[in-house]
Amino acid sequence: MPVLEKNGIKTWQWRDQRQVLTEYALWLLLLLVMLICARFIAERTTWSFVLDAPRQGGEMIARGVPPRWDYMSQLWRPLWDTLTIATLGTALSFIIAVPVAFLAARNTTPHLIVRYLALLIIVGTRSVNSLIWALILVVILGPGVLSGTLAIALRSVGFMGKLIYEGIEEINPEPVEAIRSTGASGAQVLSYAIWPQVITNILGVTIYRWDINLRESTVVGLVGAGGIGIQLDASINTLRWNQVSMILIVIFVSVFISEWISAKARQALI
Amino acid sequence: MAQATPLSGRRWSPPPLIKNPWIRWGLILGAVIYFAVALSTLQFSPERVARGIQRSGQLLLAFLQPDFTTRGNLILVGILESVTMAAISTVAGFIISVPVGFGAARNLVPVPVYLFCRGLIALSRTFQEVIIAILFVVMFGFGPFAGVLTLTFGSLGFFSKLLAEDIEEIDPAQVEAIRSTGASWLKMVSYAVVPQVLPRMIGLTLYRFDINIREAAILGIVGAGGIGSTLNTSLRRYDYDTASAIILVIIALVMTVELTSGWIRKRVQ
Repeated sequence: MPVLEKNGIKTWQWRDQRQVLTEYALWLLLLLVMLICARFIAERTTWSFVLDAPRQGGEMIARGVPPRWDYMSQLWRPLWDTLTIATLGTALSFIIAVPVAFLAARNTTPHLIVRYLALLIIVGTRSVNSLIWALILVVILGPGVLSGTLAIALRSVGFMGKLIYEGIEEINPEPVEAIRSTGASGAQVLSYAIWPQVITNILGVTIYRWDINLRESTVVGLVGAGGIGIQLDASINTLRWNQVSMILIVIFVSVFISEWISAKARQALI
Repeated sequence: MAQATPLSGRRWSPPPLIKNPWIRWGLILGAVIYFAVALSTLQFSPERVARGIQRSGQLLLAFLQPDFTTRGNLILVGILESVTMAAISTVAGFIISVPVGFGAARNLVPVPVYLFCRGLIALSRTFQEVIIAILFVVMFGFGPFAGVLTLTFGSLGFFSKLLAEDIEEIDPAQVEAIRSTGASWLKMVSYAVVPQVLPRMIGLTLYRFDINIREAAILGIVGAGGIGSTLNTSLRRYDYDTASAIILVIIALVMTVELTSGWIRKRVQ
């Protein structure tokens, strides 16, 4: 226990001197790094624009309030597209992610090399943001809902695959043993011993990801990949701030509803 | 009793996931109808896909020979910008989140403060970073400053929510123990509250840095600084060799940061 002795009086301390010094050194290092970062950012900033921000922001709000409520009539279709992108994207990702997860889980993979390939797919798709996928897919397939759906699907494969394969690795091995000891084939073991144990987890992950995907599908339109983001982009480019505020309200409400649905559905599963 | 009843062809089948057949079949039917309608609005045209496959050949070819050097300088600056944006906004978001997190803990503050802080958190968590970035770009102009503000705002919501939950769930026995020694409020916080919250918070900070790096890589698409703008420009100019190089660099960066932060988190906790 670190004790400081001063004038013959012993005082208990939290840490000894070395720990305290290392801690101070670490804080100093962090401060230094932050200062360097701040200087780098400051050099690359046009300060006259920043100083102008209160006026710009005030103008934006003044022109955005009240929102243009009747613009809603033009938003139903983009909203439907956004929902389609999120749902079909999640469904497609489900179809890809479940087999990949079974190939990646240590206890169900057919071979170690297959496992590493599956892990590569999971890590690779997870590292690329859906907006980057959307940029690439818009180049390949042209703008539209299809590009957005595929972008969302590709991004989700890694996310869902990772959570699902971790769930598969955590199953109770006893039912597997029991079914196998009856002489069941590999497919029968999978469907009677493993599948019932992981299905709730898989559905839970899918619903959770659908919720995230709805958020992400509101922005893929910014690069042309369909959904309400296209209207948002167009309204911002033409400085129609009352339309922008209307779109933001719509996004806020739909995200709120999707979060509620996803929470309720996951509760029902457990 | 132990008579074998003839089963007459009835076989055992595993119980369904949803017990009520009406709900089960209703959900299935609803899903089928929804997917049919959704697929029909997808505007799927085979010829466009066929043309797309040709173009993806070009893109794939570019990915096999990424060009790191022609625009090497731009890539380097973009990456540096992304990393600094992520680093500074993680720390700034953390610092600001401390008061907001306290304000959003129900057991500590009056209702109006609580509602204000919770509202701030909900705003920051509902909108994608990119949307907030667009608004900040309009206000503060193009460049990394808008990106820093965006990521700070995003981190703020993330940290405050988790911090508030932590504060609400803290073990009161240790607070009581320190307080009973006659310690001041500041000493109480630093000896009883901080040690309980800190290890998790360090882990969460690293986790958020991880998220911020991913976001900082794309904010440039809407003009908020970082490598994203370089990527967007190169794709618009059909400069696929550079674009593929940038994507590879982003993947490498994201994976490095994820591995490092995971390693540190394991050691701290």
